[in-house]
Amino acid sequence: MSILKKSSTVRFLAQTIFLLLCSAMTVWASGPKDPSPHGTNIFAPASTPAKSIADLSVLVLVITGIIFVVVFVLLVYSVVKFRGRAKDAGREPAQVYGSTQIELAWTIIPILIVVVLFLATARVIHAIQDAPEPAGAVQVTVIGHQYWWEFRYPKLGIVTANELHIPVSDPGHPTPTFLQLLSADTDHSFWVPELAGKTDLIPNHPNRMWMDPQRTGIFLGQCAQYCGTQHAKMLLRVSVDGPQDFAVWVRAQQGPAVEDAGAIAGRRVFESNACMNCHAVAGTAADGRFGPDLTHLMSRVTIAAGAAKNTHDNLRLWIQDPSAIKPGSLMPAMKLSDTDLDAVVSYMETLR
Amino acid sequence: MSSNAITLPGTQIQARPWVDELHQWLTTVDHKRLGILYILSALLFLAIGGVEALIIRIQLMHSHNNFVSPEVFNRMFTMHGTTMIFFVAMPVLFGFANYLVPLMIGARDMAFPRLNAFSFWLSFLGGLLLYFSFLGGSGLYGAGSAPDVGWWSYAPLGARAFSPGHSSDYWTLAVLVSGFGSIGTAINIIATILCLRCPGMKLNRMPLLVWMNLVMAGMVLFAVTPLSAAQIMLLIDRYLGGHFFDTQAGGSAVLWMHFFWIFGHPEVYILIIPCFAFMSEIIPVFSRKPIFGYPVMVAATVCIAFVSMSVWAHHMFTIGMNSYANSFFTLTTMAVGVPTGIKIFNWIGTMWGGRIQFKTPMLFSIGFLFQFLIAGLTGIMIAASPFDWQLSLSYFVVAHFHYVIVGGILFALFAAFYYWYPKMTGRMLSERLGKWHFWLFLIGFHLTFDVMHIPGILGMPRRIYTYEPGRGWDTLNLIITIGAFIQALAILVFLANLVISYFKGDRAGNDPWDAWTLEWSISSPPPAYNFATVPTVASRRPLWDLKHPEDPDSRYE
Repeated sequence: MSILKKSSTVRFLAQTIFLLLCSAMTVWASGPKDPSPHGTNIFAPASTPAKSIADLSVLVLVITGIIFVVVFVLLVYSVVKFRGRAKDAGREPAQVYGSTQIELAWTIIPILIVVVLFLATARVIHAIQDAPEPAGAVQVTVIGHQYWWEFRYPKLGIVTANELHIPVSDPGHPTPTFLQLLSADTDHSFWVPELAGKTDLIPNHPNRMWMDPQRTGIFLGQCAQYCGTQHAKMLLRVSVDGPQDFAVWVRAQQGPAVEDAGAIAGRRVFESNACMNCHAVAGTAADGRFGPDLTHLMSRVTIAAGAAKNTHDNLRLWIQDPSAIKPGSLMPAMKLSDTDLDAVVSYMETLR
Repeated sequence: MSSNAITLPGTQIQARPWVDELHQWLTTVDHKRLGILYILSALLFLAIGGVEALIIRIQLMHSHNNFVSPEVFNRMFTMHGTTMIFFVAMPVLFGFANYLVPLMIGARDMAFPRLNAFSFWLSFLGGLLLYFSFLGGSGLYGAGSAPDVGWWSYAPLGARAFSPGHSSDYWTLAVLVSGFGSIGTAINIIATILCLRCPGMKLNRMPLLVWMNLVMAGMVLFAVTPLSAAQIMLLIDRYLGGHFFDTQAGGSAVLWMHFFWIFGHPEVYILIIPCFAFMSEIIPVFSRKPIFGYPVMVAATVCIAFVSMSVWAHHMFTIGMNSYANSFFTLTTMAVGVPTGIKIFNWIGTMWGGRIQFKTPMLFSIGFLFQFLIAGLTGIMIAASPFDWQLSLSYFVVAHFHYVIVGGILFALFAAFYYWYPKMTGRMLSERLGKWHFWLFLIGFHLTFDVMHIPGILGMPRRIYTYEPGRGWDTLNLIITIGAFIQALAILVFLANLVISYFKGDRAGNDPWDAWTLEWSISSPPPAYNFATVPTVASRRPLWDLKHPEDPDSRYE
């Protein structure tokens, strides 16, 4: 913020208020002491777009804070100083109708403030929205579905769901991720607060956003645009991996599904029921597109778009009765026999 | 100035049977009775919308709560928003406009009394249609009951593919029908103000309340018509095979957003400008000074009306507009802050040097000034579009607009209730209950809506029926819920005050506040014909001139 640099007082104020805010935030944000995942605090940015937004926010907070203090003091002063007293009863105060000079002052000063705020804002808008896509960028197509996320990496040939993996970006050698945002049904919004502001996924209206995380770890977020019954449980996990980890993950995802002879019964149940109409498992007959790709299901930490941990019991419950975990989910209860259910769950558990 | 009522010799007023009385109310074309009907219907829907808010707050009290199902929760926030905007805020403000505008300009009724009645019954019918959805919404499909698509019903969620049954049809029809009512009343207000002013009441002598309602009515014509058009297009989509918003057949979801928000943002000013009007009448009277800078107040109001027509897309910063559009709407939105700021300064300028009397209407007015200041400043924050990319669709925005609507509009309305109730009923509202109401509501309000900003900053999106533990949102949401119940308690005190004071309140007399506008020159409640002889005015404060013949305002204007 060049405006901040010009005045050390303003800078000091900015830092003080920012620190106060941050400490307040951390107090509130401190849930269970889990080193990962990261929280969802917009004032704890880990990527350039989120960082420039946080910086701009501090400038806006400082200016509005000063306006607040000035007007608040005027208001309190006039209420206290000019309160009616018993000795004045029956007498009217001097009748003042206005003052052109004062009116001009409190018109022109706000106009100047608006100009400053607007210029600072326009710079950040341009810097974030019009950033060119460098050659080394990772491209991901994000497709919003009721109520889950599909992630496709067109250059890498990967299809996955709900848990986005992207590489950490070293400022000296940036590898940002550029997302193309599409929707298969209603409007959604991709929001991972510590990585970037949100952008909507709208059918027939492709959008774009980018992020260049500078810290590894899990970043949480969720759908921010109301998209239907289970909008609340359309959660997002972004795993920011180191370069090696990311390469390993890419290789693993590119492979076909593991074929495990021990799970052949479950695979048969999967392929002879409606499962395969909606779900795909690469290298098999299942190529449905309505639900998440299950080729590497066990590489994901959660199921049902983050609504539950990916454990044996949860998987079983989910297949048996999705509404027990996520009422309103579009996955139907499959009404399988216990034997079939166990078989299908064992099959799922081989899809690493 | 004439305060004597016409007395016809030989007639005696007898108590009529209640059926006759009811019939009189249902068939009335009197602007005062219609105004009261508007206000009563708004109070009814306020209670219903308030219960819906409490259900929402109980569900969000802690993470993974199971008080209501997701379907019910989604219906509650849809109904709460739709009810509060279309069937509480609009009617209650129209009610006050209906009641006060003719009295303040020395007219005997609105310009079109029958249109007035028609408009009221249309908007009331709209409210009934909305709530009939609980019974009729499932249609033949057994799908849904009340609408659950959100109060802005974004396309394509409102399309038949995603909203089968009739639930969102009731939403569409309710908004459409009440919209026709709003347009009718707006035309009526404009015609009344332009044509029925008493002798001497030039435009620049009109009370600010009248000026601001004129501007508000003009804005209704420009803002509600596109919304009505969009609702008709949506009906065509749903029943006649149209594809305006049907994205699966090439329609545009973004088109709906533009239609909705070119209504939706001016709507905020349609609601707040009449509240500015209340402030511009109440603050001077309780500061014992004329409004500071009358011409500037009028100019600022007109300026807000124009600029607010070009800010709608700030509700759409996250939809992927290009950087030029985002910059433009950032600039226009911030620019609205200038005339709005001028108003706040002028109200403070009015209090400055006055002798402020802290009666309940003035307490609510000071509350309004404080909260509206904060609401304006958080508005500047979300006007900065990159900041909004984080805050939009989060609880920060929910806190912001409740600060405007509850902290601003509702506080101003309470001030108006305490100020004009004596004129409407002939009885004073109890000051003691009024102060309980004020302090309880103030505490509840700040507990709820100050705290509500923080979960937004911590990444909590709006419209979620539940949330994951461990995000740092639980304690905050519990505090918010407690505040909501304190507000509900305050509303009960208010309703009790309305009822008790109607029977037992002190007699008001013609002019309990020693005020200056024409409505205080006649009896409380005013006779059906308002003015026995049409008054003539010579200044902006006709009653001041009357009370201070040695130093009349007319000398300075």
